[in-house]
Amino acid sequence: MSLVAFLGAIEIGLVFGLVGLGVFLSFRVLDFPDLTVDGSFPLGAAVCATLIVGGVDPFLATAAAVLAGGLAGLVTAFLNIRFNILHLLASILTMIALYSINLRIMGRPNVAIITEPTVLTAFEGLSLPYLYLKPVIAAVVVIAAVLLVARFLASDYGLAMRATGANPRMARAQGVETKQTTYVGMAISNALVGLAGALFAQMNGFADVTLGTGTIVVGLAAVIVGEAVFGARTVLGWCLACVAGSILYRLAVAFALNADFLGLQASDLNLVTAVLVTIALVLPGARNPFKNLLTGRANRRSPGGAQQ
Amino acid sequence: MIRVRDLTVTFHRGTPMETPALRGLDLDMPAGQFLTVIGSNGAGKSTLLNAVAGDVVPLAGNIVIDDADVTRWPAPRRSGLVARVFQDPMVGTCETLTIEENLALAAARGRSRGLRRALDRELREEFRARLRELGLGLENRLGDRLGLLSGGQRQAVSLLMATLRPMKVLLLDEHTAALDPKTADFVLELTNRIVAEHRLTTLMVTHSMRQALDFGERTVMLHEGRVVFDVAGNERLGLDVPDLLAEFARLRGQALTDDALLLG
Repeated sequence: MSLVAFLGAIEIGLVFGLVGLGVFLSFRVLDFPDLTVDGSFPLGAAVCATLIVGGVDPFLATAAAVLAGGLAGLVTAFLNIRFNILHLLASILTMIALYSINLRIMGRPNVAIITEPTVLTAFEGLSLPYLYLKPVIAAVVVIAAVLLVARFLASDYGLAMRATGANPRMARAQGVETKQTTYVGMAISNALVGLAGALFAQMNGFADVTLGTGTIVVGLAAVIVGEAVFGARTVLGWCLACVAGSILYRLAVAFALNADFLGLQASDLNLVTAVLVTIALVLPGARNPFKNLLTGRANRRSPGGAQQ
Repeated sequence: MIRVRDLTVTFHRGTPMETPALRGLDLDMPAGQFLTVIGSNGAGKSTLLNAVAGDVVPLAGNIVIDDADVTRWPAPRRSGLVARVFQDPMVGTCETLTIEENLALAAARGRSRGLRRALDRELREEFRARLRELGLGLENRLGDRLGLLSGGQRQAVSLLMATLRPMKVLLLDEHTAALDPKTADFVLELTNRIVAEHRLTTLMVTHSMRQALDFGERTVMLHEGRVVFDVAGNERLGLDVPDLLAEFARLRGQALTDDALLLG
């Protein structure tokens, strides 16, 4: 595998580490299976790219993408909490609506920003080869996000959010406004995914309405690979594992695609991902020989009640 | 102080399944009283507790705790006034969180939860001291996941969580029913000790007439959603389980051989 391919895998792994972190918050912490991310990822990209093309400062455009992602999460939470729509279905409704909204935002299916200034432009003055610039900036953003999320989950409010997902009745008895924590958690989760979309668009020079397909599966893969391989025991460990899982997953994919004897094409990626995630889902917990092999322990700790 | 007036709760209202659970129940409890509640299945014991806790919205009537009319308050808002131990140890604690995290959740009850760290050294010291009082050795296992504890240990932690911060009323919902007899005795003794120590206003629902008479200072019997029997003081001291069973039988107008087995 060439250095370019390797760094490319790291970079995309880092960006999708943010998605992993978001999926971790919804699936694991809140126990809220959320497919909104398939819409909020391209939403972040669309908002950011469109604003940049319109001459808005790239940092401001990125912030707007984060906000837009958060709003998408709120819509899903609202559908679920206010109207009692099953969480999975509520998130699919938001996701499908976002497809049209993203097209409206961009005005066309694809916006190129390859020649526009991005958040990367600001750092081009540094004496860092461009090849390394992208992964380094992605790493800084992702690590900042990990630290913030981990610190948040260790706070009184974060603990209340974890209790909301693990045991809502007990949480309410302890004075936790579970509806509110669900709204906040879903907003943060999708805001992170919006940020990922914005970064992706700026690093690759375009936003496309079809970007989101399968985002949720890739995010889940990051969470599952992270849990299986690193078996973390602390909040910070879980958050880091999401990112590390995402990078590992991308590296594995890059290796597989590079290995000619496997005969895989780039277009097989989604199939391979789906198969991987399925295997990880049907073989969970103590009786999973693969998991024991990887973690060396029979029992895993999970932050929410969402043991599969 | 708790004042319950004309409390009416009906389940599945307007459907063929309509079930009246409470029918105009009145109950007054002065501050510091330890009250035990008995009654057969369907008498409305748990519904009364759920209504006081805010998990059930009454059709009519009101509930006043101290000077606040809490009838329309949702459960989280009442949590500063009402603490509760559930029958099922799984419900009262969070098995995927650690012991100290569960306690930290309870420690924040009744105040707003911000972004401050949920745990610090001071809090851990307090938890350790309180856990030591349980005599279960849990003070050395603060970082253990709660799911690793036995039912009795979990119920003891539940009790500690409920009494960790001041409250106006403690609700115990058959909190020893899911435990083996020995563990149940331990948790009951612990309850008695904590309630006496903090002079807690306590409402304990129980299936066991023995418990109802042995613990607390007043006993009420519910039947068909109303208080039908209310005894305290010397009169209560003179009572024994057969007297209560006789009272039950008189209410039902029939001999209660089955219940005698169940409730003895």
